[in-house]
Amino acid sequence: MSTVNPTEAQQPPRTLKISILRHNPQDPASVPHMQTFTLEEAPAMTLFVALNDLREHQDPSLQFDFVCRAGICGSCAMVINGRPGLACRTLTHTLAPEITLAPLPFFELIGDLSVNTGKWMRSMSERLQTWIHSTDSVDIKRLEARMEPELAEAIYELERCIECGCCVAACGTAQMREDFVGAVGMNRIARFRLDPRDQRSDEAFYDLIGDDDGIFGCMSLLGCQDVCPKNLPLQSQIAFLRRKMVKVGLS
Amino acid sequence: MSKTTDLADASAKPTPLKSKLPARLDFWQSATGLFLALFMWLHMFFVASILLGKDAMYTVAKFFEGYHFFGQPYPILVTIAAAGVFAVLIAHAGLAMRKFPANYRQYSTFRRHMKSLRHDDTNLWFIQVFTGFAMFFMVSIHLYIMMTQPHTIDPYGSGDRMVTDWMWPLYLLLLLAVELHASIGLYRLAVKWGWFEGKDAQATRRRLKQAKWAVTVFFLVLGLATLAAYIKVGLDNRDNYGQRYVPSWERQTQAPTPQALIPAAQSAAPDTTAPSVVDSAVEVDAPLASDAVVEPSGQDVGTD
Ligand code: HEM
Ligand code: HEM
Ligand code: SF4
Ligand code: SF4
Ligand code: FES
Repeated sequence: MSTVNPTEAQQPPRTLKISILRHNPQDPASVPHMQTFTLEEAPAMTLFVALNDLREHQDPSLQFDFVCRAGICGSCAMVINGRPGLACRTLTHTLAPEITLAPLPFFELIGDLSVNTGKWMRSMSERLQTWIHSTDSVDIKRLEARMEPELAEAIYELERCIECGCCVAACGTAQMREDFVGAVGMNRIARFRLDPRDQRSDEAFYDLIGDDDGIFGCMSLLGCQDVCPKNLPLQSQIAFLRRKMVKVGLS
Repeated sequence: MSKTTDLADASAKPTPLKSKLPARLDFWQSATGLFLALFMWLHMFFVASILLGKDAMYTVAKFFEGYHFFGQPYPILVTIAAAGVFAVLIAHAGLAMRKFPANYRQYSTFRRHMKSLRHDDTNLWFIQVFTGFAMFFMVSIHLYIMMTQPHTIDPYGSGDRMVTDWMWPLYLLLLLAVELHASIGLYRLAVKWGWFEGKDAQATRRRLKQAKWAVTVFFLVLGLATLAAYIKVGLDNRDNYGQRYVPSWERQTQAPTPQALIPAAQSAAPDTTAPSVVDSAVEVDAPLASDAVVEPSGQDVGTD
């Protein structure tokens, strides 16, 4: 993704106008407002680079998150020109020079572009019990049971979720109904359902997501599918789970 | 419904603790939607029979009154069918309405989200909610008329309804609403349940969406042509409001009047002149033709 636009190097650098929704909930005097910064674009600049530049040279109070700057940790998700995405994976040259940034909606705001996705993700994990449930006792001296490579890969495909929260921020259902588990939650369930080490039955999964805050709340708007920066097969997984859960419900 | 579930022994449970109702409601929401969408396709083809001529539409109308089974039309059959469709429709609307924004706050949140996201499928959902809401009123009117006046369904009756009874604006809006709603609904069913997914779900989805638009355009064009055809019949027939249509073959058998038969009777070879008499009977204007029906000549040329 980090290829430099060849024409970009020759042309004079663009001046970016970056408008950021600023608000510090810790400060009672703070009111949400847009603040516009101007910045000269550098070759192969990402939004992550641009934001660091702003914080370093223009406004040290600007709040935003990043850890890995390589699309792995999921902490830099924000609303870029109206759509959720990862700042570290968004090259500025793919955007018009006027850029609008806002924090992800739905999640608790820490300040400016920083939101507490971790808190929500944790409560979601607890609610959906996203860990392996097994009654077998584990003998750590023995080799693990073998798994077919295809199955391991299928599990890994879903395991790639970085919990960035983009899917929840892009989901119209979640915006309207706060308790909705979101695509990230349903993907989690799909992942453990695949795992042969997890002994939960479909009935047990139904208890976790078989209601209108779970799988039956999803209205198939597919915002999640279209923004997920890891391109997870959310549409297919949600449809698959829906079929399985309806089967439980109709039996 | 409890938001949190506490499962100490989550493994190997025979039945869920949770109500099975949400699963059933979701299933029936889709099932009723699918039924209605497929029904609308057939409905459109039947109604569009007017494009093949008044006789064709008349035949279809009489078919649904059971004429071809019982040898006599029973409009009550249409009433029963319309009541059945009405029941499915009410069930569908009731189930789907659960997804409507529940209050103004949810509505404005969704609108804001939709404007910001600029996302096709999210916009489509809003169209579906909007058209669904509008249809609730429009379809109710239509079905009520179909249930209470099934005997008026024929080329003239339907044309009169469009023009003299001023139903065409309602039908126009209903047509727009139903064609958008049904094709979006079918697209959504496919992505919702993973139909036709294949190896590359996103490639399939793009194709489904193209197909969805093609279906919308096809049925809109067919529907508008049909609407125009009924309006034309209604305009032509405006001075004879309330008149029932008589198909050409009944006019053929019953139109010959005593005067018309005179030359045939005088002729040495009646068989050769008879067809020309029949031809002129077909040309006879509608009011004359139906007058002729009211007073049968007694000269039965046909079989029945
Ligand atoms: C008359 C009142 C109607 C209302 C209020 C209504 C409302 C809705 C709404 C809000 C949805 C979206 C549900 C969701 O997002 O899960 C929907 C889905 C659907 N509707 Fe309707 N609708 C009506 C009539 C019709 C008619 C006449 C047809 C067929 C021609 C139809 C076919 C469908 C289909 C196929 C779906 C997709 C079902 C699903 O997502 O499970 N609807 N309807
Ligand atoms: C069993 C139930 C139904 C019967 C017997 C029926 C019958 C008819 C008939 C005879 C017409 C021609 C116009 C007229 O005579 O008024 C018509 C037109 C129409 N109907 Fe229905 N209908 C039924 C259900 C529905 C439903 C459920 C919808 C929509 C959701 C619908 C939508 C329309 C539309 C949009 C037109 C105008 C079509 C055009 O002119 O292109 N109908 N229907
Ligand atoms: S599913 Fe995709 S969009 Fe959602 S949290 Fe995981 S990586 Fe992010
Ligand atoms: S398909 Fe739509 S409603 Fe369902 S989780 Fe994804 S964005 Fe939300
Ligand atoms: S900084 Fe880790 S995903 Fe962007």
